[in-house]
Amino acid sequence: MAVDSTRTEIRTPSQGGTRVAERYDAVIIGGGHNGLTTAAYLARAGWKTLVLEKRRILGGATTSDEIVPGYTFSVLSYVVSLLRPEIIRDLELAKHGLEILPLDGTFTPLHGDYLWRTDDHAQTMREIRRWSATDADAYEEYGQLMADMARFIKPILGMVPPDPTSIDPRDWLGVLGLGRDFARLPERQQSAFIGLMTMSAADFLDQWFETEPLKATMSASGIIGTFLGVRSPGTAYVLLHHYMGEIDGAFRAWGLHKGGTGAISAAIASAARSHGAEIRTDAGVSRVTLTPSGDRATGVVLESGEEIAANVVVSSADVRRTFLQFLEPGILPGDFEAQVRRFKFRGSSGKVNLALDALPTFTTNPGGTEYLRGAVSISPSLEHMERAYDEAKYGRFSRRPYVDIVFPSLVDPSVAPPGRHVMSCFVQYAPYNLAEGPGDWDNQKEAFGDAVVDLVSEFAPNLRDVIVERHVVSPLDMERDWGLTEGNIFHGELSLEQLFFSRPIPGWARYRTPIRDYWMCGSSTHPGGGIMGANGRLAALELIRARRTKVA
Amino acid sequence: MTVGTAFHPRTAPLNAHLQWREWSGFFAASAYHASHVIEYNAIREAAALIDVSPLFKYELRGPDAVRLVDRLIVRDAAKLSPGRVFYTPWCDEHGKVLDDGTIHRLDDEDGAQVVRWTAADPQIRWLRMNAHDLDVEVRDVSESVAAVALQGPLSRDVLEAATGTSFVDLRFFRRRRATLAGIPIDVSRTGYTGDLGYELWIPADRAVDAWDALVAAGEPYRIRPAGMLALDVVRLEAGLILIEADYTSAVHSHIPSQNYSPYELGLGRLVDLDAGDFIGRRALVAEMAAGGPPRRLVGIDIDWPEIEALYAAQGLAPYAPPTVSRAPVPVFAAGRQVGRVTSTGWSPLLKKMLGLASVGLAHAQTGTRLAMEWTVEARRGTVAATVVELPFFDPPRKRA
Repeated sequence: MAVDSTRTEIRTPSQGGTRVAERYDAVIIGGGHNGLTTAAYLARAGWKTLVLEKRRILGGATTSDEIVPGYTFSVLSYVVSLLRPEIIRDLELAKHGLEILPLDGTFTPLHGDYLWRTDDHAQTMREIRRWSATDADAYEEYGQLMADMARFIKPILGMVPPDPTSIDPRDWLGVLGLGRDFARLPERQQSAFIGLMTMSAADFLDQWFETEPLKATMSASGIIGTFLGVRSPGTAYVLLHHYMGEIDGAFRAWGLHKGGTGAISAAIASAARSHGAEIRTDAGVSRVTLTPSGDRATGVVLESGEEIAANVVVSSADVRRTFLQFLEPGILPGDFEAQVRRFKFRGSSGKVNLALDALPTFTTNPGGTEYLRGAVSISPSLEHMERAYDEAKYGRFSRRPYVDIVFPSLVDPSVAPPGRHVMSCFVQYAPYNLAEGPGDWDNQKEAFGDAVVDLVSEFAPNLRDVIVERHVVSPLDMERDWGLTEGNIFHGELSLEQLFFSRPIPGWARYRTPIRDYWMCGSSTHPGGGIMGANGRLAALELIRARRTKVA
Repeated sequence: MTVGTAFHPRTAPLNAHLQWREWSGFFAASAYHASHVIEYNAIREAAALIDVSPLFKYELRGPDAVRLVDRLIVRDAAKLSPGRVFYTPWCDEHGKVLDDGTIHRLDDEDGAQVVRWTAADPQIRWLRMNAHDLDVEVRDVSESVAAVALQGPLSRDVLEAATGTSFVDLRFFRRRRATLAGIPIDVSRTGYTGDLGYELWIPADRAVDAWDALVAAGEPYRIRPAGMLALDVVRLEAGLILIEADYTSAVHSHIPSQNYSPYELGLGRLVDLDAGDFIGRRALVAEMAAGGPPRRLVGIDIDWPEIEALYAAQGLAPYAPPTVSRAPVPVFAAGRQVGRVTSTGWSPLLKKMLGLASVGLAHAQTGTRLAMEWTVEARRGTVAATVVELPFFDPPRKRA
């Protein structure tokens, strides 16, 4: 309790000689990867820390579950790239079981052909040249540019955004550095950066490429988790967001975690426990308790009625839950609450997880099974991508969606019985708000699953024959079972107006809230979603810094 | 002229990028896949086949086979009963290491002891020279015995599927006979990966059939062939030394500092000075009586943020070379050179830059902070390196 001993006596929760309940320095709502990361950093700093997870298993959306006996699904998030190396180092995650295995390549099946890119540079060049000689040259230039852009923008991932109204120069040092770096970029890169900030993914890629399946597949990373199409302005930036991922210093490398993404959460949880953090599952929080004046958090009340006192409450839930579910109405300033309500979630994706007793065979393929070892992207053309969005705009799931498929069992045989396979399909679009008519997600989701299997079967006709079991996750499931508001996988869209010092609310990007001792650390905060952990880490460091300043 | 091993008819078509290196006169695959990291992952997550046939292999046969072993190795060969395998260095008369390898006590035949001796360098002259008064026949079986390492957490599943027998009872550093696709083979619970794994000793004329049987049985376990680049990464993680990288054989040393005693290679735990005489014992007794050798092999954890800073100073994104470097690099303490790093590489599993180093005794304590030369864009810099315990990676399954 070294953290804040000066003020503890004011807030002793129990009165009149009854049992003095345990009091924590920090209680963290939510045991997803960010909540656990915050807990690990706070515990490491000596704070008495408790994590409260509503579900029976840890990890939030970073979770593995043996839904079909013998088959472990990464139920929601399924690949990893952005997990911050400093977190891996600081928390010694390798010691706690972190094992990231590289995914190699992207296979785009077509009718009668395919496009297959791998990390074998010569193979990829020859393959693209088969489509377009100039595209092959452009591919190298584009890769170089994006790597430079990612290197330029990447420091923001490790930076607490300044408050735009702040006059403390220290808050601005990082941003000034970024501004200085921008001024030093060659003009060509400056204009590319402006393009990334303003253009659509399709328009941006059109500047380089002519090969449809190449553009379509590359454009996909611009729409993941957003309710936008590849032709919507602003999606070019998201291309860059996905270029910032790195594994072992190699940009744009994607990997799978051994045992599924849940094992990442387990590693962070193990690190947190090793520093003394307590973690409880089946412990959903119903509300945050406040001082009578309502301006400061004092702890939480669980759904079971149990009260837990804490000096600081940190919510890793999304911004809507953090402010509208855990607090009584009328506590927050009206304009702030209005902004929370305006924060865009608009979940747009679903997940179809399949247990297979053999690998499907794509009709036109390069031979062997190596081509299935990376991602398989159902993205034959920009038109296919945009049409998938057209349906979503009017509240229907895409009959012919964009699907990003991986077979984790090809990389990590531990997730399926020997010789059997797990197939993970990330599907877009699955709009949270369905139009009036055919019904809600509960009676639409199997039809949605059918649409995905039908579409993939066009390219791999034996898929249906090898499916042992199917598990569909709709945006409504994500909301109900995982607390992802409107099924948004990133706790709110990664659109430009919701990033950096505007994430989640302009002026509140520094993990604090209008309520004293009530903080945020989830993906609704800077720098956004993905298995990155930066939010959780930055929130913890900011909290530790703030406390140190106060005590001093 | 470099030639193929007994597995070459199978490994050659798999080597899609013609990435070969020479190993004792044989073609050894550096990597089969474009990226050896995939092969590294097969060793650490699934199962891998590594052709180690270029090892020198000798068969010692006769009533005095074990006496010959005892005369040469630093360990007590009296404990090398049939079915056991020793890893050991052996020394010249000055107590300097000639080579290191595994020595397998095969089953006795017709009352004669049989030993399989494996080595990185040719040893037949040394073996025969020291057997002059013993009743033992030493034969070079390097070309008639093919060897493949089956390594990885699923290697036991593959071996059991391929042979139809259980290997749960074959403990770490034990061996026994087995039958694979009708082929009589010898299986040792050994390897150079620091993981669960086996080495299979196969009649060279049946090597291709054995390979096919292992690949067929291994398919459901995602088995894949792995080359030397991947092997180098796992052996570094396992803290296993490599001749000609981490030390020089006394046969090939030109100056005293190129000679290493077992105590200088982290192999002191194996040396048994009390169990009878062996070649080099007197020198090692004298060395220890004088306080031990003045340098030691240590593991170092090289500070990655400092490497990143050297790249950042050049305006570059950091780069972790995916292969192990065997280029010796100076290491410093308080500005003075105190030794050399002999193997350096990135561990994808531990997310660390690791090294094996030979440093002065005063700097060999765990936790000692050293500085190591690191060059970026042809600019020399130094980065911090901390002495840590070996092995870097030691999963329970290694001994399981």
